[in-house]
Amino acid sequence: MTDASMPSGGKAAPRKSLMIEDARTKRRNAAEKRFQAYGLAAIAVGVFFLVVLLWSILASGLGAFQQTFIETPIYLDEAKVDKKGNRNPEEMSKTTTFGYAPLIQTALWEQVQAAGIETPFTKSKEMKALLSDSAAAQVRDYVLSHPEQVGETVTFRILAASRVDGYLKGRVVREDLARDKSIDAEHLDVVDRLVDAGVIRKQFNLDFIVGADASEKRPEQAGLGVAMLGSFYMMLVVLVLALPIGVAASIYLEEFAPQNKVTDFIEVNISNLAAVPSIVFGILGLAAFIQFAHLPMSAPLVGGLVLTLMTLPTIIISTRASLKSVPPSIRDAALGVGASKMQSVFHHVLPLAMPGILTGTIIGLAQALGETAPLLLIGMVGYVATNYPDGLVSGFMAPNSAMPAQIFEWAKRADPAYYERAWGGIIVLLVFLLTMNIIAIILRRRFERRW
Amino acid sequence: MYDAPHTTERNVTKQDIKISARNVQVYYGDTHAIKDVDVEIEAQTVTAFIGPSGCGKSTFLRCLNRMNDTIDIARVEGEILLDGEDIYDKRVDPVQLRARVGMVFQKPNPFPKSIYDNIAYGPRIHGLARNKSDLDDIVEKALRRGALWNEVKDRLQAPGTGLSGGQQQRLCIARAIATEPEVLLMDEPCSALDPIATGQVEELIDELRQDYSVVIVTHSMQQAARVSQKTAFFHLGNLVEFGETSKIFTNPDDSRTESYITGRIG
Repeated sequence: MTDASMPSGGKAAPRKSLMIEDARTKRRNAAEKRFQAYGLAAIAVGVFFLVVLLWSILASGLGAFQQTFIETPIYLDEAKVDKKGNRNPEEMSKTTTFGYAPLIQTALWEQVQAAGIETPFTKSKEMKALLSDSAAAQVRDYVLSHPEQVGETVTFRILAASRVDGYLKGRVVREDLARDKSIDAEHLDVVDRLVDAGVIRKQFNLDFIVGADASEKRPEQAGLGVAMLGSFYMMLVVLVLALPIGVAASIYLEEFAPQNKVTDFIEVNISNLAAVPSIVFGILGLAAFIQFAHLPMSAPLVGGLVLTLMTLPTIIISTRASLKSVPPSIRDAALGVGASKMQSVFHHVLPLAMPGILTGTIIGLAQALGETAPLLLIGMVGYVATNYPDGLVSGFMAPNSAMPAQIFEWAKRADPAYYERAWGGIIVLLVFLLTMNIIAIILRRRFERRW
Repeated sequence: MYDAPHTTERNVTKQDIKISARNVQVYYGDTHAIKDVDVEIEAQTVTAFIGPSGCGKSTFLRCLNRMNDTIDIARVEGEILLDGEDIYDKRVDPVQLRARVGMVFQKPNPFPKSIYDNIAYGPRIHGLARNKSDLDDIVEKALRRGALWNEVKDRLQAPGTGLSGGQQQRLCIARAIATEPEVLLMDEPCSALDPIATGQVEELIDELRQDYSVVIVTHSMQQAARVSQKTAFFHLGNLVEFGETSKIFTNPDDSRTESYITGRIG
C-alpha cells in the first residue's frame, strides 16, 4: 500500500493539473529518452565503422583495378625470334623469354631517345627496371600465335614494373629509394618524362578481374580470374548438394518426423553445427574427403563438399523457420479436403515457404563464398592458380584457389603491391556478395507478390 | 449405402444413421479429454455440439474425420462407424475418409490461390473431373451450393484471400462440398464472422441439410437452436445429453444441461 494511492489524514493530495508532468512521469520519460539515445548511439557507431570500412576498402583497393602500361612499338626481329626463318611454330618456341627481353628493352630505349629524354644511361639493358618480367612472355605468346607478323613492327601495350606502377599510384616515393634495390631515382626521372610523353600511363586493368595469379615477383600481373572460377565451381557443388539435402531434411524434420528423443537430439545438433567454427569443417573435409575418400587435394569439388557441410545447418535452420511460419490452418485446410500429408506439404506449405527457403539458401551460399578457413586445410591456398581449368571436369578436379583464399594469399605476400591487390580482391568479393543478396531480395519479393 | 439394419432399428427418428460413435475415449498425452462418448449422427440432419470452452466438443468433432491423427500425442479409443465401417480400422486410409467426411474450420482458411483453384483443389487430387469443362462445372456447382457464385462468378481468378470474412468462410464450405462428401463437419464456422455473414452461413447450413449430414460445433446456443435438429451437450469431456434440439432447449433431462442453457455454467 503506497501513500500515493491512499491519501490519509487531513493532508488530502490536491488534484494535479494534466498540464504539469509529475515526478514519476518525468522519470519514465527520461528513461525512455535515455534508451532511445543508447539505441541511436549504437546505430551511429555501427554506421561510422561501416563508412570507415567502405572508405578504406575503396581507397586501398580501387587502385588495383588500374595498372600502369607502357605503350611501345616493338620490332619483331627475325634474327632473334625465328633463327631458322621458316616460321615453324615448333622451332620458334625454342626461343625463350630471355631471347625476347632484349627486343622490348631496345624498343623502349629507342623510344626514350626519340623523345629526346636526357638520361645517364647508355645501354638499352637499363630499361629492364621499368618493364614487368611478364612483358617478354606477352610478346612471345603474341609472336607464337601470329608468326606472320615476324619482321614487322607491332605496337604493344605491356605491363610496367610494379615499382613504376607504385610510383604512379603514390605507393613508391623517392624518399624511400635508398632502401629499394629494384629501382632508383634516375629511372624514376625517365618514368616522369615518359609519362609526359604519353608512353607510360595508367589504364583500366581487366586482367586483374579475369587473369590468373602470378608469382611473388610480379604483382603487376596477378589477377583474380582463376580463383573466381574456383569459387564458381565450389558454389555449383554447394548449390547442387546443399539445397536439395537441406530442404529435404528440413521438410522431413518439420512435417513428418515424430516428436521424440531422437529427433530432439538431431535438432539440437543441427543448431549446434551452425555454430561450429568453420576450420573444424576443414579438418573434417581433410579427413573424410582427402585422406579417406582419396579425392584430389586443392580441388574445388572437395572445397564444395566441405562448404556444403558447413552451409547445410544454415539452410536447414532457415528452411525450418520458414516452414514453421506457414500457418497450420493451411495444412488443416489441405488435410480437410482429403489431401495426403505430402500433397499438403508440396502443394501448399512449400510454395508459401519458398521465399524464406531461397533467402536462407542464398545467404548460406554467400557465407560459403566468403569462407577461407576450411580451404586452408584442404590445400586451396598457395600458388595453385596459374592456368584456367580446361573444361568442366578439370574445373571440379584440378587444383585451384578460391576468391577469399586468393585474397588471403595476396595479403600474406611481402611485396606492398600485393597489399593493394588484396584490397581490390575484397572489392570484387563484396560485389559478388552484394549481388547475391540483391538476388535474394528480388526473389523473395517476386515469390511473395503471388499473395 | 444405408444398409445397416441393426443400427436403424435402434433409431428414434426416421433418418438413417450416418455415423455411430460407441464408447469413444480420447487422450492427449495423460489428459483424458473425451470420456465414454456415444453419439449417433443421422443423415440429412444438422447435429449441433454445444458446451463450455474446453469441454471436448471440437476434439470429438476432429475424431470423426481423424484430424486428430495429425497430433502426435492424441490417442483415440472406442469405435466410430461410418456407414457401419470402423474408421479407425488399420486398413482405413484417413485421406480416403476425409474425402467422404469434409471439414470447415473455425477461422476461414482459404488457400492463398485463386477462388477457382481453391474449389478445384479437392476434385483435382481426388480425380473427380475428367477434363477442364468437368472441373468448371464442379467449381460452379460448389460455388452455387456455397451461395457464393453470384458474388464471385466474374472474378474466379482473384485470390481467395482477398474476399471478406463471410465470403471466405462460404468459400471454405464450397471447397469442402466440392469433393462430394457425405458428412460435413463444421468447427465453430461463424465465430469469426459478423452477424450478417453468420446469417448467410446459417441459411447455407440449413440448405446443405438436404444433401448432407452436417455436424456443427458452436458456442452460440441461439445458433444451435436455429440450425440444428439434434443437439449434443458436452461438459468436461462427457456427453451429458443428446437428443432433439427442441427438447434439449425446452425440457432438458439433465440439470447440467439446464444450467448451461440458462447461462449458469460455462
